[in-house]
Amino acid sequence: MAKHHVTTTINGDPVEFLCEPEQTLLDVLRDELGLTGSKEGCASGDCGACSVMVDDRLVCSCLVLGVEVDESTVETIEGMADGDKLHPLQQKFLEEAALQCGICTPGFLIAARALLVKNPDPTETEVRYWLAGNLCRCTGYDKIIRSVLDVASEMKRA
Amino acid sequence: MHPFTLDRPRDLAAALALRAQAGRNDAPAEYIAGGTDMVQLLQEYVRQPERLVSLAGLLDNRIEIGPQGLRLGVAATMAEVAADPAVVEQFPLISEALLNSASPQVRNQATMGGNLLQRTRCPYFRDVGYAACNKRAPGSGCAAIGGENRWHAVLGTSDDCIATNPSDLAVALVALDAAVEIRGAGGSRSLPLVDFHRLPAATPHIETVLEPGEVIAAITVPASSAARRSHYLKVRDRASFEFAVVSAAVALEMDGARIRQARIALGGVGTKPWRVPRVEAALAGASLEPQSLRQAAALAAENAHGRGHNDFKIELMQRAIVRAVEIAGARA
Ligand SMILES: Cc1cc2nc3c(=O)[nH]c(=O)nc-3n(C[C@H](O)[C@H](O)[C@H](O)COP(=O)(O)OP(=O)(O)OC[C@H]3O[C@@H](n4cnc5c(N)ncnc54)[C@H](O)[C@@H]3O)c2cc1C
Ligand code: SF4
Ligand code: FES
Ligand code: FES
Repeated sequence: MAKHHVTTTINGDPVEFLCEPEQTLLDVLRDELGLTGSKEGCASGDCGACSVMVDDRLVCSCLVLGVEVDESTVETIEGMADGDKLHPLQQKFLEEAALQCGICTPGFLIAARALLVKNPDPTETEVRYWLAGNLCRCTGYDKIIRSVLDVASEMKRA
Repeated sequence: MHPFTLDRPRDLAAALALRAQAGRNDAPAEYIAGGTDMVQLLQEYVRQPERLVSLAGLLDNRIEIGPQGLRLGVAATMAEVAADPAVVEQFPLISEALLNSASPQVRNQATMGGNLLQRTRCPYFRDVGYAACNKRAPGSGCAAIGGENRWHAVLGTSDDCIATNPSDLAVALVALDAAVEIRGAGGSRSLPLVDFHRLPAATPHIETVLEPGEVIAAITVPASSAARRSHYLKVRDRASFEFAVVSAAVALEMDGARIRQARIALGGVGTKPWRVPRVEAALAGASLEPQSLRQAAALAAENAHGRGHNDFKIELMQRAIVRAVEIAGARA
């Protein structure tokens, strides 16, 4: 099949790639661009491990065709830290051991950041419902939820 | 996924022309909007079009409210509609149904049109490992009848298919007398949403009245005071991020402590979004006493037909009606 030429901005840098119509954005990120931070847990929208931002919207990259992000802006976990300086959510996840195997972590971080941009002072219930589309089989969620709430309250004090 | 070509036409006329020759559901050429249902079904080989026609950027995404009511451009996302302040204020039922659907990720990507046209969650339909599914492969039989059918419908079923329509949005919209604006190469038409989905009968693979190539362009909802005094009750296997086992959308017009008019639709129990006019008639003039609500709700079970695992839904849907009417009735 004819490949499509796609022009995007990924984590602030202009990126062009060629992709087959049947490649998802997740396939493109991982297999064509070497951005393997976004994970494939299910490929059906059920786990959130592939969460990325497209034009400032949190989406599952496994449900978006690569061709459809032409002329869009994409943000992935690779762009979350500022050089060597971790994002406060990344730092907090480490401190509070909010990860074990780590497969779900990039998706949780991207989703949690999107929440705090939209709602800087969420309740615990709001955090839990917002992160309902992100599954974790290791941590039991409590440490993840607490990390997000702690970052929110630190941001408020700052 | 099977290989396909993808067209991203510059205007709607070109899209309509590309799709028009291809036939109804599961045709060799299909539209894709947000892709949240289509891509999943492509990944599972349930749908195998040769060509996809992208609707991205071709259809209206505006949300407009006026004296006549609400108009939703069909490209608006679930998240945009759910968060729209005027929708929240005047049509809370719609916002509640959407916020009780899927995850933030899916709601940010999925469109109104795709939501109304999402395919059933019948596990046999979605798994090509099962040969028998009349919806996926016409004439092949139905693995759910006589199989695991806890999730399946008890109303509007046929001997060929018992799959539910999974959309929460459609249940809320049907309760509010919404209509869909349809556009095709030959022009536009509008029809009540309640008439849009078809009963499975002997042709479960034909799910709607859309003619080949037609698109849904907009959803309209008439203004009414009942739209505010409403409640969407969704009963499901976990608190969030799950499809309905049973749901009830209720909108009430009250006359003091009595119901003047009730509008009620059910989800999770019908092969299409299911309005219950006999229950509504029995509630007209009734009080909110549990006894009278219970009697009226029992009428929803007329003609209900379980298949074993899903028998519990017949009782559960009556209780869901009672609870949703109580909650809506208690609202100011
Ligand atoms: C993990 C997950 C959980 C979910 N949970 C829920 C839930 O709890 N409740 C619920 O209601 N839904 C739920 N959904 C379903 C979700 O709402 C649908 O996938 C979504 O609304 C489809 O919209 P889309 O724009 O992505 O459609 P697409 O996937 O792009 O299209 C779906 C179908 O609609 C057709 N189509 C799209 N737009 C038009 C148009 N304008 N005219 C004609 N044809 C059109 C396409 O050809 C395709 O056949 C869930 C989905 C996922 C992935
Ligand atoms: S209930 Fe319908 S969709 Fe499910 S297996 Fe039977 S025919 Fe297929
Ligand atoms: S891989 Fe995309 S949601 Fe699981
Ligand atoms: S840390 Fe293993 S899945 Fe979440």
